[in-house]
Amino acid sequence: MVMQPPVIEIRDLRVSYGAKSALKGISLDVRRNEVLGIIGPAQSGKTTLLRVLNRTIENTPSAKVQGTVLVDGQDISRLRDVTDLRRRIGMVAPLPVGLPISIYDNVAFAPRMAGIRSKAELDERVERCLTHAALWDEVKDRLHTLGTKLSGGQQQRLTIARALSHDPEILCLDEFSIAIDPVTTMRIEDVLKELKNSMTIILVTNLVQQARRLADRTAFILNGDLVELDDNSVVFSDHPGSRQTYDYVNGIFG
Amino acid sequence: MFQATPFTQRKRRTEQLAKAILVLMTLCLVIPLVLIVGYLVIQAAPILSWDFLTSNPIRGMRAGGIWSPLLGTLYLVVISLVIATPIGVLAAVFLNEYARESWFTRAVNLAVVNLAGVPSIVHALFGLGAFVLFAHLGKSILAASLTLAIMTMPVIIASTKEALAAVPLAFREACWNVGATRWQTIRHVVLPNSISGILTGIILQVSRAAGETAPIMFTGAVFFKAIEEGNVFAYGLFDQCMTLSMHLFTISTQVPDVPHALPYGTAVVLLGTVLLVNTLAIGLRIYLRSRKKW
Repeated sequence: MVMQPPVIEIRDLRVSYGAKSALKGISLDVRRNEVLGIIGPAQSGKTTLLRVLNRTIENTPSAKVQGTVLVDGQDISRLRDVTDLRRRIGMVAPLPVGLPISIYDNVAFAPRMAGIRSKAELDERVERCLTHAALWDEVKDRLHTLGTKLSGGQQQRLTIARALSHDPEILCLDEFSIAIDPVTTMRIEDVLKELKNSMTIILVTNLVQQARRLADRTAFILNGDLVELDDNSVVFSDHPGSRQTYDYVNGIFG
Repeated sequence: MFQATPFTQRKRRTEQLAKAILVLMTLCLVIPLVLIVGYLVIQAAPILSWDFLTSNPIRGMRAGGIWSPLLGTLYLVVISLVIATPIGVLAAVFLNEYARESWFTRAVNLAVVNLAGVPSIVHALFGLGAFVLFAHLGKSILAASLTLAIMTMPVIIASTKEALAAVPLAFREACWNVGATRWQTIRHVVLPNSISGILTGIILQVSRAAGETAPIMFTGAVFFKAIEEGNVFAYGLFDQCMTLSMHLFTISTQVPDVPHALPYGTAVVLLGTVLLVNTLAIGLRIYLRSRKKW
């Protein structure tokens, strides 16, 4: 395998909210076009890690970030235009958020904000993104009804379509499946397997089995520390690098 | 199985009592309102006519209409809102969407809350000092409008902030996540979803601006002034003007031998003007809310 430079390099990342520290010095690389699973119990810092990546952490005034994060070799804390960074990273939050505009406008929002005006191009993007999010067939006849009128699961797929709409290089999914049914989850997982040919995917999940199914490598984060990061064949084997990983993956850990 | 126990009976009685008290309180609110408006209209009925609206007061304000004060009130309300609305709304957008928690924003927020509670006579003195004397505007429609604008602005800021804060943070985060700037987010998502609340706040200030006497007495209102009848541009920015609220005060207390119906007629027109504006506002709000999407 030819070694490419990692798409994301995180070095000694520490984040604290006031006196409470959420990430305690994490270093990891994300390789181009891999699916990196991130597992760990609630409150272990997984979401914080994603919010550092697209710098939305800055909207939380109490959050303090130390350490460096490089995306494509660039220190993101030095970027002058944070919207550039956010366009490179698609972000799917755990709870679906349909914007109170039409389905079409939801998906066309990001391209329009980036200056795309051509109707043909927008149409093409909207169809492509909705198809990728396994939603196109259900909504193609009512693209101009409100995104907020969709069911929870449909709104979550709409959120995924929106995250793809600005052609990100990196797609971050934060427990995307907690609001949707298993069948839809499987359809989206199939889509992710296709998407990984064209982008890097970071999959934060509570479902250990989801990481096992989808990821190439998986990181186990516990209480703000990176316990282990290795190929799935190691992490999910009988002898991962850490006893804690084994216990968590096998549900022994309480 | 469904037998009433003492506890459920007590619960039912409490429920009935609570409902009765609430209905009673609502009636306490509605009955005086109906009586006041009804009494005003009955007393004013003999004098109300199109001529009453469109002719100047004559014979020492003992006869004629209310054209001059009516137009004066409209000028003051419109000009003061044209000044106060953009400043108030944009300041609120800054405070709610951009400003970070700091001693400065805390001080500004405190000032806004306190200014909203300042009695209007204090605004009057400020207007006299700042606009009439210091800025050399003299007693004029402009000075009075600016004073009213200073009076209404803090309330517009406060109500706009509230309307903006009612838009879920998740909407903003969804926009930021896809690379929209703060302004794009405000322009395309936050403002369209708070506009009805913002409008409500502004419209409530119309009645306040129309009804206040104190702030304009010192800064631009006059006892009597005849203007060209039927010409809506009869006042200039630097003229003094009559207003309905002041006119009502004058003919009820300062002028002897005023016909009985005249003050009532003036009151009804003042009330009617405010009600008309409020009705329009409520209509607009209903329309905008019907387009609200979550």
